[in-house]
Amino acid sequence: MEFLESILVTPFIEIWESPYYFIELVLVGLSTGVLYSLVALGFVLIFKASGMFNFAQGAMVLFAALTLVGLMEHGLPLWAALILSVATMVGLAFLVERFMLRHLVNQEGLILFMATIGLNFILEGTGQLMWGSDVKRLEIGIPDQPFDILGGKVLLNTFDVTAAFIGALLVITLAVFFQKTPMGRALRAVADDHQAALSVGIPLKTIWIAVWTIAGIVALVAGIVWGAKSGVQFSLSLIALKALPVLILGGFTSVPGAIVGGLIIGVGEKVAEGFWGPALGGAIENWFAYMLALAFLVFRPQGLFGEKIIERV
Amino acid sequence: MPDGPQTPTGRVIGDVIMKVENVSLSFGGVRALDNVSFDVREHEILAIIGPNGAGKSSMLNCINGFYHPQEGAITYKGKRRDTAKPYEAAEEGIARTFQNIALFKGMSTLDNIMTGRGLKMKRNLFWQALYYGPALKEELEHRAKAEEVIDFLEIEAIRKTPVGRLPYGLQKRVELGRALAAEPDLLLLDEPMAGMNHEEKEDMVRYILDVNDEYGTTIVLIEHDMSVVMDISDRVVVLDYGKKLAAGTPDEVKRNQDVIDAYLGVSHD
Repeated sequence: MEFLESILVTPFIEIWESPYYFIELVLVGLSTGVLYSLVALGFVLIFKASGMFNFAQGAMVLFAALTLVGLMEHGLPLWAALILSVATMVGLAFLVERFMLRHLVNQEGLILFMATIGLNFILEGTGQLMWGSDVKRLEIGIPDQPFDILGGKVLLNTFDVTAAFIGALLVITLAVFFQKTPMGRALRAVADDHQAALSVGIPLKTIWIAVWTIAGIVALVAGIVWGAKSGVQFSLSLIALKALPVLILGGFTSVPGAIVGGLIIGVGEKVAEGFWGPALGGAIENWFAYMLALAFLVFRPQGLFGEKIIERV
Repeated sequence: MPDGPQTPTGRVIGDVIMKVENVSLSFGGVRALDNVSFDVREHEILAIIGPNGAGKSSMLNCINGFYHPQEGAITYKGKRRDTAKPYEAAEEGIARTFQNIALFKGMSTLDNIMTGRGLKMKRNLFWQALYYGPALKEELEHRAKAEEVIDFLEIEAIRKTPVGRLPYGLQKRVELGRALAAEPDLLLLDEPMAGMNHEEKEDMVRYILDVNDEYGTTIVLIEHDMSVVMDISDRVVVLDYGKKLAAGTPDEVKRNQDVIDAYLGVSHD
């Protein structure tokens, strides 16, 4: 009884009593959520264009961040390292198309998925072989200072706000790209119907390279922001796991879904930790996202924005 | 059907634009096409007819590059193309529609038709993605072309509607629009009138004749409705069990005993 009260009643009273703490948690959650969205976005892009679940997305985040840090450690200025990192990700897209996708056209989703597991290990291995496996600091000059809003009652951090801003900018750019440019139209066409896309002369090869390039650049941005926050290290590739509940929540096929899903997970886990954590023994941030995803799977398996699953039987 | 002569005056049937020679195609043990030969002349309307499973769609798929025949040759504009890929066919001016409509269902009518313009865009895809100034100007030019197609097919009202929501007859029309947007030299239509009611069929016949007449587009179509086929085609190729049964003008084909047998059955007494 006491326990039930501590999770069903007390947290809400506390929220009522300390609204500013609640707002602060929501804002912190939103800024973390944007970062989850960034990672999830990489998955959605590739899944939409090729029906392939790219297990290596997390490794791509690590690889991109390692490349950037490694280049900077060799004394390159930030801008040069950035350009070279982008070039590396473009090169990776070409290699993936040439040595992986081209040979797996029309294979089942599961086979493509297995191939990306292989790619995952190759990227993790190559990244660490080239740049070592120590934790590296990534200094890209984002200021990291706390500041107050709402008359000193809510404490925020310039870093989180900047990261959220970068994420939002990237998301808007991608949305415009997909909706307005001929290339975006071609990508949507391929995602919709392979055969029809081929018949109007959209070359799949170019499209795949483009999608993997975009996913690579998204991975680079995610890697930079996460890396600057918590250091570039092997565990970066594990944030891909955090993207899974985001994808389940938002739907594998929806760009807006990846964004909203990320925000919900981010806010949900911070608020849950803050108010429900004490009653449940703390550290619920680690599993809360998965619980939320599980609940979603029961009630809405296609996710918030995913295409409704209609199966002819 | 509109009144008057079916082959408009002034329409000149030109040289052979595509040659199909001894094409055979098998799937495992099933022989879908068996030693089929015919040719297609510029500006003509050629119908491929035959009972279900005769290999008509397989023939179109070979021309278009979805299938590659194991034997024989397909020569288009003087170039062998029996091993070419679908997007290469599109680059060479071959556009098509499908028996089971293959549209981009989540996209609007206009966007669908714009995908048909993709190959006409001079700047390559990467350039378009990066450099927006001149690419935007080009996009507007192509938009004008797409609007022309929309006018032609009288689908102005559904310009912004996602095609998945359109009724079947209109979807067929949008699919034709996407093929036309590519300004093809050779248009392949796989059962353009299947599942349509009488008025929709009449409209479709009118569009096909207009395309052929106004733009001089060569058309190869598969159709089951014999009255339509006999009315609009210049020549007819008849397939049965993957073999060519007959070829010639509609009148010749109608009188051919093999064709009559295939369609009406042979009495075994």
